[in-house]
Amino acid sequence: MRPLFNYIDRPSPVHRLTGAAKLVSMLLWTLAAMTTYDTRLLALLAVGGVALFAAARLRIADVSFLFGFILVFMVLNNLLVFLFAPEHGVSIYGTRHVLFSLGGRWVVTKEQLFYHLNLLLKYCAMIPVVMAFICTTQPSEFAASLNRIGVKYTVAYSVALALRYIPDVQRDYHEISQAQQARGIEMSRKESLIKRLKSASAILIPLILSSMDRIEVISNAMELRGFGKNKKRSWYMARPFTAGDVLAMILCALLFAAALILNRLNGGRFYNPFV
Amino acid sequence: MNDPIIRFEHFSFQYHAQAEPTLHDVCLSVRKGEKLLICGPSGCGKSTLAHCINGLIPFSYKGEIGGSLTIAGRESRELGIFEISRTVGTVLQDTDGQFVGLTVAEDIAFALENDCVGEPELHERVRTAAALVGVEDHLSHAPGELSGGQKQRVSLAGILVDDVEVLLFDEPLANLDPATGKQAIELIDEIQKETGAAVIIIEHRLEDVLHRHVDRVVLMNGGRILADTTPDELLAGELLRENGIREPLYITALKYAGVSVTADKRPDHIETIELSEEDQARVRAWFQSVPPAPEKPETPVLLAAEGVRFAYPNGREALAGLSLAVREGELSAVVGTNGAGKSTFCKLLCGFETQQEGTLRFAGQDMAELSIKERADRIGYVMQNPNQMISQTMIFDEVALGLRTRGVPEEEIRRRVEETLKVCGLWPFRSWPVSALSFGQKKRVTIAAILVLEPQIIILDEPTAGQDYRHYTEIMEFLLALNRRGVTVLMVTHDMHLMLEYAGRAIVFSGGRLIADAPCAEILTDETVIRRASLKETSLYTLAQRCGIDDGQAFVQRFIDYEREAVRT
Repeated sequence: MRPLFNYIDRPSPVHRLTGAAKLVSMLLWTLAAMTTYDTRLLALLAVGGVALFAAARLRIADVSFLFGFILVFMVLNNLLVFLFAPEHGVSIYGTRHVLFSLGGRWVVTKEQLFYHLNLLLKYCAMIPVVMAFICTTQPSEFAASLNRIGVKYTVAYSVALALRYIPDVQRDYHEISQAQQARGIEMSRKESLIKRLKSASAILIPLILSSMDRIEVISNAMELRGFGKNKKRSWYMARPFTAGDVLAMILCALLFAAALILNRLNGGRFYNPFV
Repeated sequence: MNDPIIRFEHFSFQYHAQAEPTLHDVCLSVRKGEKLLICGPSGCGKSTLAHCINGLIPFSYKGEIGGSLTIAGRESRELGIFEISRTVGTVLQDTDGQFVGLTVAEDIAFALENDCVGEPELHERVRTAAALVGVEDHLSHAPGELSGGQKQRVSLAGILVDDVEVLLFDEPLANLDPATGKQAIELIDEIQKETGAAVIIIEHRLEDVLHRHVDRVVLMNGGRILADTTPDELLAGELLRENGIREPLYITALKYAGVSVTADKRPDHIETIELSEEDQARVRAWFQSVPPAPEKPETPVLLAAEGVRFAYPNGREALAGLSLAVREGELSAVVGTNGAGKSTFCKLLCGFETQQEGTLRFAGQDMAELSIKERADRIGYVMQNPNQMISQTMIFDEVALGLRTRGVPEEEIRRRVEETLKVCGLWPFRSWPVSALSFGQKKRVTIAAILVLEPQIIILDEPTAGQDYRHYTEIMEFLLALNRRGVTVLMVTHDMHLMLEYAGRAIVFSGGRLIADAPCAEILTDETVIRRASLKETSLYTLAQRCGIDDGQAFVQRFIDYEREAVRT
C-alpha cells in the first residue's frame, strides 16, 4: 500500500527552498502556464518543469498513482476535444490545412493537431511542478507557507492535518476492508455494481465512524494546547528566505510576466505559426 | 499548607444531551505538589471530572453546572479553555490521536507556537522539555517511527514547555504494554519531583499506578466521590471490590490466605507491606492447602504453523522460522511488544497476507488453497476497535451480515442469529440500533457477528482494551463460556491479568520469532521472557519470595487454580 502522494525525504536543492518560496513560485509558474497558449513559452515551461521534477530527485514511481490518473485524464481531455470540436484549431488560427479525413465531420487539420500539442504542453508545464511542490514540502511547512501568504492559520493548519491523515485513513480502510472480506463482503469485479456499492458502504461506514473518533481526539488535543487562542501563531518549521528562495520567486515572476507580455504581443492567448 | 489549585465545592454537572447529571455534589481539593489518583469503573464520572479540570467542560462539551470549581483561585466557567490550559496541562489517553505535530519537535512546540513564541526561545524551550522526558535524540522523528511509550513522552513534553501547575493524565496506561506502563509511572513520578506540579492521574488500573507513591486515591462511582483517602486506607477496606476496581493481586492473595490487611501495615506497595511472621505462615499454609488443578487431557492439534516466514513489501521481516501448534479447545494468549509479529501472524491465519515460506495447517489441511472467505468459516477474527467492524445500523442485521453474504436462507439466518444473540447476552437488545450500545456491548456485537459463522477458532485482538473490571469480567466470562462449548480461543493481549486469570498458556513473540510457549505462571515468572516481551513480573511472585516460598512459579499457579476453582465456580 503506497501513499497517494506524500512528502518524500530525498534531499535536493528543491527540498532546501523554504515552503513559502516554493508555494509562491509554484503558483506563479502555474499561472503563467494557465494564461498563455504561446507554444514557445509552454515548451520552455514544460522542459523546465520536467527538469525541476528531476532536480528534486523524484521518480515517476513515487507518484505513480497520481501520474496514471492524470495521464488518463489528459488522453480523455484530448479525445473529447477532438470528438466534439474537430474544427476548434481552425477557428482559432484562421487557416485550414487538411491532412486527412477520418470520415464525417472528423477531418484532421494541421491547426487542430497544433492546438492539441499546446494542450499537451500545458499539462507538461503544470503537473511536474505541482508534484514536485507536493513531494518536497512537509505538510507543516506547507501550512506555515499558506499562512505566510495570507491564509488564516486555522485554515492552513486544517489543510495540513488533512494531508497528514491521508496515510492513516488509508491504513484504516485497508484493515476494515480485510475484516469485512472475511465476513463475505466481495469487492471484486465479479459482483454486480449494486452489490459492490452496498459492499463499499460496509467499509465506508466503519471508516467514517472511526475517523470521527479520531477527529474528536485531535480537536480536543489541539484546543487544550491553545490552538486558536491568538490571531497569529509562530511556526517551528518557519525559516527566513534565502538568496535561492528570492531568486526562485523572481524567476517565476518573470515567467508569469513573459506570459502576460506574449499575450499582448500575440494579440491574444495563442501563438499563430500559420500566418 | 498552601492554597488548593483546584477546588470543587458541591459541584455538579449535567450534559445538555442527558437527562441525569453525570456528577453529583463533588467536593475535592488538590494542592500544589500533591499526587492524586482518581479511579472508578467506566461511567463513574471520572472522565467528566477530568474534562471539568482541563476546561473541555464547559467550553467544548456544553452542560449545566452547579456549585463551584475554582482553578488557581478563579471560577473556572469565568475563565476560558485557553486560560485554564496555562494552569492545567493534559496528557490524553490516545497516544496516537493526540499527536498533533508532524515531528516530535513540532508536537512539543505546538503550545508555544500558538502563543506566538518566536526564535530562538522556541527552539530552546523545545529542547529543554524534550530533554526532561528523554526524547531529545528523536526531535526530527515522525510519530510513525516512535513506540507508544515514546509518543506519550512527547505528549508530556508538549505540556511541560509551559510551566503548568497541574499535570492531568487521562488513563495514561491504556495503550501501553506492561513494561512501558511501569516506566510511564516512574517518569510521571520523576517529573513531579522535578517540577513540583500537582499530578492527577485518572486510571482504573490501581496496582500499576501504585507502583510509585501516591498521596491520595479518590474513588468515584455513580458520579459521586465515595472515598478520598490514602491508598493504605483504601486497600484495607472493601470499597474497591464493591465498586468494581481490581485490588492489587498480592492484596487479593493475602485476603485469600486469611491475612487481615490493615492500613497500618502499609499495604500500598508489595515491597514495603509489613508482613508479620504469622502473616507469612498463613500465606505458606494457604499455598500448601490449595490442591493443584488436574491436568487437562491433550487434545488433537487444530492449527499448526511450520517454518513460517513473512516479510512486508518494504523488506521488513515480520516473522521468521515460526512453528507452533494450537490444540482444540484451548484458550490461550498471544503476547509480545508492538511489532513482535502478533498481528502479522493473525493476518496470515485469516489469509489477509500470504507467507513466503512455510505452511499453515488447519485440522491437518494446508490452508494455502483457501480464500479469505473460506478461512473465515473456520477462523473468526475480531478487531480491537468495534467501530472498525460495525457497518449496519441494527444489531440483528449486523450479526446477520456474514450469513447473508453467504446466501444462507433467511429462515435459517433468523434462527442462527437469534441463537447467537442469546448466547452473547444480546437478546434483550435484538431490535435496538447499534448506536444505542455501550463500547463493551458493541464489542459483544462484533463477537456475535463472527460467532454466528460458527468458526472453530476465534481470534480476538485485545478483547478487553478500554474496559473496566466489571466489563472485563463480563467479556472474559463470556469467552470462557464459549470456550467450554468447544470453541478454541486465541487472544492477542498486553493485559497480564487476563493472561493470569483466563489463559491456559501464553505464546510469546519477540522480533518476529516465537520465544516462549508455556503456561502463564511460567511465563510471568521468567525474567528473560518478561524482559524480551516487555511484560512485568507479577506481584504474586514477589509476595511468594517475601513469605519464604521458594517455588514462586508454583505459588502463582496455585493462585490461578484457586481463583478458577474456588472463587469463580
